[in-house]
Amino acid sequence: MSTASAQARSNGRAPEPPAASADQRSMLTRVLRGVAEQAQRRIPRADLDERDPDFIRERLPLMWLIASIWFRGEVRGLGNIPDSGPVLLVGNHSGGNVTPDTIVFTLAFNAYFGVERAFYQLAHNLVLAMPALGSLRKFGTVAASPSNARKALESGAALLVYPGGDYEVHRPSWERGRVDFDRRKGFIRLALEQDVPIVPVVSIGGQETALFLSRGDRLARLLALDRMFRLKVLPISIAAPWGLNIGDMLGHVPLPAKITIETLPAIDLRAEFGPDPDLDEVYDHIIRLMQDTLDALGAERRLPIIG
Amino acid sequence: MRVGAQIHVSAPPQSVWEVISDPTRQLSYMSGITRWEVTGERPAGLGARYRMLLRVGSAEVGGLIELVEFAEPREIAWTSVTGVDQRGRWRLREASDGRTRVELRLAYGVAGSGLGGWVAEHVAAPIVTGHLRRTVQQLKRLVEADEVRARAAARRTAQSA
Repeated sequence: MSTASAQARSNGRAPEPPAASADQRSMLTRVLRGVAEQAQRRIPRADLDERDPDFIRERLPLMWLIASIWFRGEVRGLGNIPDSGPVLLVGNHSGGNVTPDTIVFTLAFNAYFGVERAFYQLAHNLVLAMPALGSLRKFGTVAASPSNARKALESGAALLVYPGGDYEVHRPSWERGRVDFDRRKGFIRLALEQDVPIVPVVSIGGQETALFLSRGDRLARLLALDRMFRLKVLPISIAAPWGLNIGDMLGHVPLPAKITIETLPAIDLRAEFGPDPDLDEVYDHIIRLMQDTLDALGAERRLPIIG
Repeated sequence: MRVGAQIHVSAPPQSVWEVISDPTRQLSYMSGITRWEVTGERPAGLGARYRMLLRVGSAEVGGLIELVEFAEPREIAWTSVTGVDQRGRWRLREASDGRTRVELRLAYGVAGSGLGGWVAEHVAAPIVTGHLRRTVQQLKRLVEADEVRARAAARRTAQSA
């Protein structure tokens, strides 16, 4: 123990080093809070009219190139999605912030049903706040919130949600064969409230596009990212071109892993579980269905990345 | 991008026409087609509309098409109403020895898609051409098998009479 701190204690004052560290912490908190406020300001208000069918049609060939050549995408069972009317598509999410499963599925949906059918996807607020990703709104991507989800379904659109969100998309690569929604059941409440069918969408391959090491959820809590940015994770991965990639905020170049997606038959919750379904029962049923499908897709794969 | 395929079928044009103009038989010989359904009130003929999808790479592309030419037994042409821009045409011409020269053409693309669209059209061309080639080959097999069956049935009828 230093003489200065001993003197300070004997004088009844706080020792200097802890005071300095508290100052640093409060400064870091202020900086983070400032960044958070800036980011919150940048989040655009959800406007479903920003979806632009012509823009999507013109980008489909490029998406087709990426999906067909880089990811060798394969989407099965699109005929299970009702041909018209609102529907809640519930997917497992993989691939970090680049989300190759969303690219492949968005292409497949728009090619199959035509860009004329309204199709929205919910994304994390920060994704939409990034300047380079502003064009996502023209694809129908809106900030994830219950009110935006309700608006989309009330308009009669198909809506793609990933209940696992940032928690699932950054799971370690060795958990790639696991559907993990972190017990989030908001999507079931939404489907019941709007009385729309749920169509599970199961994908595999996304978690092989980089070596995902950890969600970094403790680190995120330590830095208070949850309170400021709604970020429950600060993922750590090894990904091109960065090498060690912390946060994945700038994205990464995904490895060309084969992405296979299977769309399951629609589930009418009230027809299958009665007029007042138990949320836990429905959740367990959907997770079991999706996990069984993911296991089957995993059994088809002979090698990681190659598929 | 315009691609095509042709073949000679050992049957008269009318026999080929009956297969290609029947919307219920498209899935039995058209390669890569995953959906072909009548969407309007008219099942066949000028103005008939179909929803069709063709598997190309990682997507099923297509959309709503409408027949814009229907000249029995020589030409059927269609154009897209929604979905990927496309124009297609069946051409049937009488060849020597009672055979029929069958040609299937398809022009496709996405207006305004720029360099990405140009590259995608060229990358997709071999896949689409492969589908067209297999389609005319499968059509030939189907029509010629129908002809053999029809001739055998006629022979049996003549013998029994």
